[in-house]
Amino acid sequence: MSDELLNFSCIELRDKIASGQVSSVEATKAVFSAIDEIEPVIGAYISTFKEQALKKAKEVDANIASGKNVGLLAGVPVAIKDVLCTTFGATTCASKILENFHAPYNATVVQKLLDADAVIVGKTNLDEFAMGSSTENSGLKQTVNPWDSERVPGGSSGGSAAAVAARMCFSALGSDTGGSIRQPASFCGVVGLKPTYGRVSRYGLVAYGSSLDQIGPLTKTVGDTALMLNIIAGHDSKDSTSVNEDIAPLADYMAELDRPVEGLRIGIVGRLNIGADGSVQKAIAEVIEVYKNLGAELVEIEMPHFDYAIASYYMVATAEASSNLARYDGVHYGHRTAEPKDYIEVYSKSRQEAFGKEVQRRIMLGTYALSSGYYDAYYLKALKVRNLIRGDFVKAYQKCDCIMMPVSPTTAFKVGEKIADPLTMYLSDIYTIAANLAGVPSISVPCGFDENRLPVGLQILTPAFSEDKLLRIARMYENQTKWYEERPELINK
Amino acid sequence: MSDIRYKVVVGLEIHVHLSTRTKMFCSCALEYGVTANSRVCPVCLGMPGVLPVMNKKAYEYAVMAGISLNCQIARFTKWDRKNYYYPDLPKNYQISQYDLPLAGSGFIEIPLEPGQAKRIRIRRAHLEEDAGKNLHTGNFSQVDLNRAGTPLLEIVTEPDMNSAAEVRALATELQRIVRYLGVSEADMQKGHMRFEPNVNLVISKDGKEYKTPIVEVKNLNSFRALERSIEYEVSRQLDEFIESGRVMEMGNKSTRGWDDTNQATMLQREKEEAHDYRYFPEPDLVPVEMNDEWLTDIQSRICELPLEKQMRFVSEYGLSDYDAGVLTQDRATAEYFDNAVKHHRGDAKRICNLLSQTGLKIANEKGCKVSELGVSPFQIAVLSQMVNKGLISATASATVLEQMVQTHEEPQAIAEKLNLIQKSDEAELEKIVEQVLAENSAAVEDVKDGGKKSGKAKGFLLGQVMQKTRGQANPKVVSKILSRKLG
Repeated sequence: MSDELLNFSCIELRDKIASGQVSSVEATKAVFSAIDEIEPVIGAYISTFKEQALKKAKEVDANIASGKNVGLLAGVPVAIKDVLCTTFGATTCASKILENFHAPYNATVVQKLLDADAVIVGKTNLDEFAMGSSTENSGLKQTVNPWDSERVPGGSSGGSAAAVAARMCFSALGSDTGGSIRQPASFCGVVGLKPTYGRVSRYGLVAYGSSLDQIGPLTKTVGDTALMLNIIAGHDSKDSTSVNEDIAPLADYMAELDRPVEGLRIGIVGRLNIGADGSVQKAIAEVIEVYKNLGAELVEIEMPHFDYAIASYYMVATAEASSNLARYDGVHYGHRTAEPKDYIEVYSKSRQEAFGKEVQRRIMLGTYALSSGYYDAYYLKALKVRNLIRGDFVKAYQKCDCIMMPVSPTTAFKVGEKIADPLTMYLSDIYTIAANLAGVPSISVPCGFDENRLPVGLQILTPAFSEDKLLRIARMYENQTKWYEERPELINK
Repeated sequence: MSDIRYKVVVGLEIHVHLSTRTKMFCSCALEYGVTANSRVCPVCLGMPGVLPVMNKKAYEYAVMAGISLNCQIARFTKWDRKNYYYPDLPKNYQISQYDLPLAGSGFIEIPLEPGQAKRIRIRRAHLEEDAGKNLHTGNFSQVDLNRAGTPLLEIVTEPDMNSAAEVRALATELQRIVRYLGVSEADMQKGHMRFEPNVNLVISKDGKEYKTPIVEVKNLNSFRALERSIEYEVSRQLDEFIESGRVMEMGNKSTRGWDDTNQATMLQREKEEAHDYRYFPEPDLVPVEMNDEWLTDIQSRICELPLEKQMRFVSEYGLSDYDAGVLTQDRATAEYFDNAVKHHRGDAKRICNLLSQTGLKIANEKGCKVSELGVSPFQIAVLSQMVNKGLISATASATVLEQMVQTHEEPQAIAEKLNLIQKSDEAELEKIVEQVLAENSAAVEDVKDGGKKSGKAKGFLLGQVMQKTRGQANPKVVSKILSRKLG
């Protein structure tokens, strides 16, 4: 029973809890026994809250039993990336510098989950401050891929992706600055959505690249993603960059999910796909066949500035990061060096001791890009490129309804394979970064496996604030293929 | 040495705390003198994951100040991050405005000689958040972040001031303006205004012109320190030039601090360090767009400004420039006065005297405004008319005003109760005058002689009449009778 239970989607589980077929306590216990069993291998969680989760589950069960109104996610065990502030447990960002930081507030999305009566089971591992593509940059622990424990789960939301894939929660929240939801979703064979910039409040998300960061769900199915988006989307008075709903109205993302998009025109950038591994290219080609059979039309589009996305991203993101991370200085909270000579050393030594190498690298890169004399050549130029990439999307969407491409040029790589070579690592984000620079929504949907039975991800992009359409397009494919029925060996045994 | 002349050149940066109820980017209360770190929240503490939200009121206050300084108000502005590490700056960056300030190219008129004003150009004004305060005790430092996030308006003038007195005049005029607008309490004691003058000299010597290196004096928080520091710099720079001939060059601007105890500026930084604040657009805030409707709405909240009012009091009410200046020092007093004269037909000069000689003194002692003494503009207008009509003397009117403050009774009733109503009945007074003249023949003779003693004797006789009437005779009437009787 418990095994079958863990394979439910959020929607299935919620409905079964609501109708009394399954209790939330049962589901929560099942999740924690999965954690007991698998977590020592996977390492997806930085912290878990068994007692609190069971208490919440009991509460939800009681409320349902007594006929009270309950939230959209009543009783469903979920996880959140440990870059989202919570009043319970620590908010570490997988960094030694915040190892013992306890936030006095909940991120808006966390509060929304709680208000939706979700059961929060734990906070998941990530690349330190969400900087990385493999979760190997975590300052606290290693996470591995449930499909092959010698491989990385992707990153930076590697813990969230692994936890969903390994059935250690029913869905999880991640954050995506340059692909950090979609790439691990792809590596772990789950669905991952980066909503439009401004669709979901960033309040309580510890900032990496503020103009690029966006929170989104990782789930087993597209339907669950729609449900999660219904819960977390919307304007927040605490985040001025969250878009006013008069300007960009919210949709009920579940309402028309199963209605296929008629006369779908799919934009393809042929020259881009060539850069991916053969197995990835093959999987994408098969995807296109599926859509063709559903009546979709293919349109070849140009994205002339796409090739400059990585360069632009690593200027913008690191510049913002250098400023965002300046507050971790050992003065007000967080790690402080033991015996500083003077106050300058409080800063420099605290930061040297507690920030990992990749974080230090990006802070230095960003500081450099913003320095006087270099600003125009780097930061300003990067902003110009960013505008050009936005323009590429606007132009492309005149000819098509969506753009499809791989999420990542490869499937999950081996632990340690790329960590010594940051540039190669950065290149694994080549397909995902443009969506962040342009602010448009993008989803990663499982689309088969490579020869090593490692999941491949399909990326679909649509214009800003058209998540409803994006999800419908993804659902068309999912309904045909049902890749979500596949499970990693690890949990089959 | 013999042929040295010099001109003082000063530009000023002024930081003004805006008196909004809450901070610039969060809803913490702005309160002064409360327990350290008691007016803080995750946002102004710069905790991980929090986001700033602009205080619209603060922006509007800043725009009001900008309009009053005759500035161009930007229709599109944005926020920028100014990055630097300091313990009183929780995020290690300050949210400010860099290349698109909300106000630019304006001017302020500063009153100098009576009736004269000088125009000082304003380069820009922008909004930013204040930092907290470092408190140094013994071997360690503590940080109080109550002030962190206070809306701070930074105003930068062009180097158009040519003396310490002009700088002081600008500072006081600016204080008066922001108080009139109600956008700042501008209380120097509470650090609501801080000044940073840039000072140097243009020296003419033997037909040649030399400029001394610019000195920036940091963080002056009183008018006196501002004025004294400039005076000090003028003589110091002159001495230094005579001694070393040092002149302005690229990068030899220095920073000095004011030492109040020694009344001297002290060197802080020799060379202008290439401060690299790594400004970049603040990604957590959206740009501010000012449309016509909003601007018009803000404009409608701007009152008559102090200097304008002062000049009007001179031209319309015939006050001296000095008196008009005293009455327009604060808006409530000026409006109280204006109201009494304009709407209640008070005598401008008499009310001015009553207020400046008695009203302001009492208000000062009570620590309130004249308008808060419980005497209505109508009542003070009546009082002034009583003097005009000869009902009471000018001296007695001050006594009546004092009493009005205490008892809140009508001036007429008080004057009667205190027997301050003057006897102006000529027939009645004539009898008393005759009686006095009869009793003081010697003095009468002195007056009639017209000699040296005449004036004094006449005064003596007047005094005798006043005594007999217990001070209630109208001296003007008595004087007239005396003159008639004694020729």
